[in-house]
This record gives sequence, structure tokens and C-alpha cells, in this order.
Amino acid sequence: MIYTALTDLWMGFGVALEPQNLMWCFIGVLIGNMVGVLPGMGPLATISILLPLTFGIKPVGAILMLAGVMYGAQYGGAICSILLNLPCHPPHAVTCLDGYPMTKQGRGGVALGVTVFASFVGASWGITEMIFLSPILVRVALQFGPAEICSLMLLGLLAGSTLARGSPLKGVAMTVLGLMIGIIGSDIETGAERFTFGLTELDDGVALVALALGLFGIAEFMNSVNQQADINTQYTNVKLRDMRPTKEDIRRSIGPMLRGTIVGSLCALIPGTGPTIASFVAYATEKKLSKTPEKFGTGMIEGVVCPETSTHSSVQGDFIPTMSLGIPGDAVMALLLGALMIQGIVPGPQLISQHPDIFWGLVASFWVGNILLVLLNVPLIGIWVKLLTIPYKFLYPSAMFFVCIGVYADNNDMFHVAEVLAIGMMGYVLLRLGFHPAPILLGFVLGPRFEENFRRAMLISRGDILVFVERPISAVFIALCTILIVGQLYFRLFSKKKPEDAVEQPLAAE
Amino acid sequence: MSSSQGPTHHVAGLNPRLFRKRDFWAGVLMIAFGLLMSLKGPTYNVGTLMHMGPGFLPTALGVILIGIGIAIAMQAVTVPDGEDEDILPAEPQWFAWACILLSPIAFIVFGSLGGLAPATFMCVFVAALGDKDATWLGSFLLSALITFFGVMLFHFVLQIPMPVLKFMGWSLL
Repeated sequence: MIYTALTDLWMGFGVALEPQNLMWCFIGVLIGNMVGVLPGMGPLATISILLPLTFGIKPVGAILMLAGVMYGAQYGGAICSILLNLPCHPPHAVTCLDGYPMTKQGRGGVALGVTVFASFVGASWGITEMIFLSPILVRVALQFGPAEICSLMLLGLLAGSTLARGSPLKGVAMTVLGLMIGIIGSDIETGAERFTFGLTELDDGVALVALALGLFGIAEFMNSVNQQADINTQYTNVKLRDMRPTKEDIRRSIGPMLRGTIVGSLCALIPGTGPTIASFVAYATEKKLSKTPEKFGTGMIEGVVCPETSTHSSVQGDFIPTMSLGIPGDAVMALLLGALMIQGIVPGPQLISQHPDIFWGLVASFWVGNILLVLLNVPLIGIWVKLLTIPYKFLYPSAMFFVCIGVYADNNDMFHVAEVLAIGMMGYVLLRLGFHPAPILLGFVLGPRFEENFRRAMLISRGDILVFVERPISAVFIALCTILIVGQLYFRLFSKKKPEDAVEQPLAAE
Repeated sequence: MSSSQGPTHHVAGLNPRLFRKRDFWAGVLMIAFGLLMSLKGPTYNVGTLMHMGPGFLPTALGVILIGIGIAIAMQAVTVPDGEDEDILPAEPQWFAWACILLSPIAFIVFGSLGGLAPATFMCVFVAALGDKDATWLGSFLLSALITFFGVMLFHFVLQIPMPVLKFMGWSLL
């Protein structure tokens, strides 16, 4: 078992180190890092904007590049949060708490230095987990029938929407809306056109790129235009030699790094609890364990290291259900899975055996990419820091162009540009009404497969809906769903706030 | 709804302030989406549970969404007055929003009529005017710069099949 995993991994390194794939990985990390540093560009916006660039590349190269974009953007976001106190991505909200005070004390460089190392440690552990857990999970999942797949998807959808930020009820509403958007277009089985309103362009359904760019591009720009706080760049003059931590810093970082790794990987195993919750839990744990908890928030290096490690460890862990079961835990994973589907690859348990080059290549490229990230960030920090000073008034018009050309290039069709406009407008309305649009993407990506399996399960069971609770594995998933819903109701009725809100409250991240 | 002591609370359901609540409108929007699905769904043939037609899932989801919408709208009733009424941000940016939304339209119009270069230029230019510190010159220079790099990247490197410049059906570049 372990032996096969290691030989497969060896093969994966062969794929990832092919000159062409290595180049795509490098380009992905570089561009992802560059765009992610820009204030106001989170990983979701970055991946959506860069997604169209990968259409011309072969599937392996494309997914390697997108994965590179993802962790590049993530690390770029950390730079932005530590130096400017601007978290563009929810998990980084916690990093700001101690990262920015460190910057104010002139130790921003050190914070960045340990963050590079912390994210590498966290990611490495997550990758190791992926190598050994995914094949086991696949072996179990290959036994699943339509009923099991269906209830597992239900669990994934519920967990992804209720455990994320904001009101769980609104999260579920967004998931249902996403499922509805996934229905638009012609039905797979009967070919009936649904909700196309006579527009033949909608026969193939709403384009993933248009949906992602509308929700995380246009809606986000409308939300932040002219609302940007003045960027304070007085502390951003970080040079390479400022990044070197002292012996004391290293000594203090080792414990939090290990604890962050454990917290992150545990959070990754619970479906739906992504990097955001992992980072909050990690910070809270670290504060509780510290001998000087009152000093947190004043620039403690532990408060930077622990959440960053756990974020990266949990993001890597999130790849396990995404790649081995085809069920993404959050919007970032849904976007990557959607990109694979655009390339014509069917996600699910059969992915690893049918496309071993993609899976093991991806695993190996995580390591390659993370090493590239370290190598890139140390010498290029000066350039990244310069990028922080680009004002938003130049940023969003340029990004608008990338949005338009990106959706156009998807199908060389102006209709998609109109589509992204409509989705963006709707996305902004939803934002203003207090919805978080991320679960829409989750529902959209899973929707068609959910419907297909639901129909199949019903056909096999001759229309008996009880099949979902009669088959043991499916019953376990349904039970977990019930626990999730009851738990949410319990928290709602008997305590005023969700547990992570207690940590989140003083942050006021958004 | 249980308490009826306060003067504003005894007609909680009909409270005119309800119409300012964010959650109320959020619920109403979800109910509207749900109604659309559950009313349009049955026209696609619902089928039976064993042989589901294309209309089954939309109808079912629509009903679920109506339920969730009602639950969200109910939350607005329990929130005290004065809270949760910020549907519009503190400083509504009508002009900037219009600029951002006009930008893709400019891309469509100029892209269909004139090709990639005019489309890029107008798309960036219109969007850039939305910023409160925008100047004509600054927006012009930014658009020119993005047009240059955009054409380089998307036409020459990525080879998107869209003429750089065309006029009355004549492709000039």
C-alpha cells in the first residue's frame, strides 16, 4: 500500500518535472503570487481571472498551473495582510492581528520570512496526507452506488454552505441557487431545455468562467469601488535582509508550526471546515496555550505562524475529497474542479485510476510549486512590495478588461460577456442582502452530477425514497447531515453566536 | 413576535420598518427565485419518483428555496428596529456602479463593431471613469496602456480569434 503510493508519487514527480509542466507550474505560481499581492484581489478572484488563460493548455499543465496560481495567490494575500492590514481572503484575517503590529514594529520582513517557511511546512504535511489518504478513500468510494454518492454530495453541499462564513440559512439558500443555475441548459437525459427562456446560447448551460468572474470579479469590484481605505505604505519598505528571522524567532515558531499543522489537517478532515475555520481555531489554540495570552495582538510571532501553517495544511487537505471523491469543500476547490471538467475530465473516485498523471502529477507539483514559492518570494519580495502601492483606481478597470476578454475567450462569443454582466449585477445585489456568494459555485459545480445520481438512485430503487436511509453507508451520511442541521439549529437557539464568531467578532474583517 | 409590550412591536408583521430590513428583502428575493422555479418547473414534465422528468428537480428545489426564503424573511421580524437596515452602503456609488456595468457593454458594442483594440480601450476607459479621483487624462493613459498590453498578450501570444481593428466588416489588422 505504502509502496504503491511511493512509486506512484515517483511517477508523479516525473510528470511534474517535465519541462513543459514545470514551466506551467512556474508561470502559475509567479502570476498567482503577483496578482494575489495586489490589494483587493483574493485567491478566488485571481483564479477566476487567470482561469481562461489555461484553456489552451493540456489538462495536466492546466491543473498544475491553476494549483500554482492558487497557492501563489494565497501567499501573495499573506503579504498584503501582513504589510497593509488588508485581508483579501478570510483565512488571512487572523494573520493581520499579529502580522500588522509586527510590521509597525519594523519586523514585517521577519513575519513574511517565517510565513514562507510556515506555509511550506503546513503544505508539506497536507501533501503527505493526500498521498496516503486519497488511495484509501478511493478504494472505499469505488464501492459507492448512486444513492451513496448522492447522500455524500448532500453532506458536502450542506457542510460547505452552513459551516462557511455568515448565516447558515443564507448559505443553504445560496447552494440551492447554485444548484438552480446548474440546471439551466439542456437536460442531460431528455435534452429538454430548462430555464433558457428561448436563448439558444444558454443550451450548454451557464459558463463556469462567467459565473465565477461575475460573482468574484464584477460584484466584488462594485462592492469595493471608492470604498477602499487609504493604503498606508509607510511600512512596506521590506528588503531581503529584513526577512531573516533571529534564533529567538525560530525557537518560538517551531511549536506553533507543529500545532498549526495538526489543527489544519484535522479541520481538513471534517467536510466543510476549510482554511478559514482552521486559521481561527489555530489562533485561538495558540492564544490559550501561550504563557502570555495578553500579548497576542501586539505582534507575537506565534500569532502569525500558527494560523498560516494551519491554513496551508488545511488547503492541501481539502484537495483530498476534491480529487478522490470529486466533492469540493469550498469555492476555491469547486473552481479547480470546474476547470478540470472544462478540460473534459470527469471528477470522482475513478479519476486517480483513469488519470494517474493528473493526480500524482498534481501531488508532486504541490511540492515543486511550494519550493518555487519559497525560491521566488525570497528574492522578489522587493517587487511584490512595490505592487502593493498600485492604487485601486488603476486596478479594477484593468481587471474589468481581463474579465471581459476572459469570458469572451471561453467560447469566442459576446453572449458570455453579457452573461457575466448579468451575473455580476445579481451577485452585487446578493452581497448587499447579506449573502456570501461562494456556495453558489459549490452548488453549480456539483448540481448536474447530483441530479444524475439522484435520478439513477431513484430508478434503481423503483422510486423508493427510503433507499437513502436503508443502505448503511448512505444512512451514515444522511445521519451526519441531520446532525449538522440539528447542531446548527441548536447553536442558533441556545447560544447567540456560532462558536467561530466568538473569535471572529473582534476582527470585523469585512 | 411573542412580545407585544413595545409600541412598535404589536404590529410586528405589518411594521412599515420591516420594509427597510435587509433580511426581509433577502427572503423575498429567495421566495421569488423559488416561485420562478416551482412554477416553471412543472412545465418541463415532472414525471414520477421512479422515472423523474426534467422538471422534477427544479420544482423540488423551488419549493425548498421558498421555504428557506420564508425562514430568512422571518428573521427580519425578530431583529429590533434600527438594526440591519443597511441595504445600500453608507455612500452609494451610483456613478461608479454604472461605469462598471457599462464597461462590459462597451466591450460588447465596440468589440462587435471595431475589434479588440477599441473594445479594450473603451472597456477600461469607461470603468476607470468610475473612480472618484479619476481624471480624463489618467483614464486615457491607463486605457491606452492596457490596450497595448492586452492586444500583445491576447492577440499575438494567446491568439484569440478577434481582429484587432476592423471597420465596416473590413479587418484592418
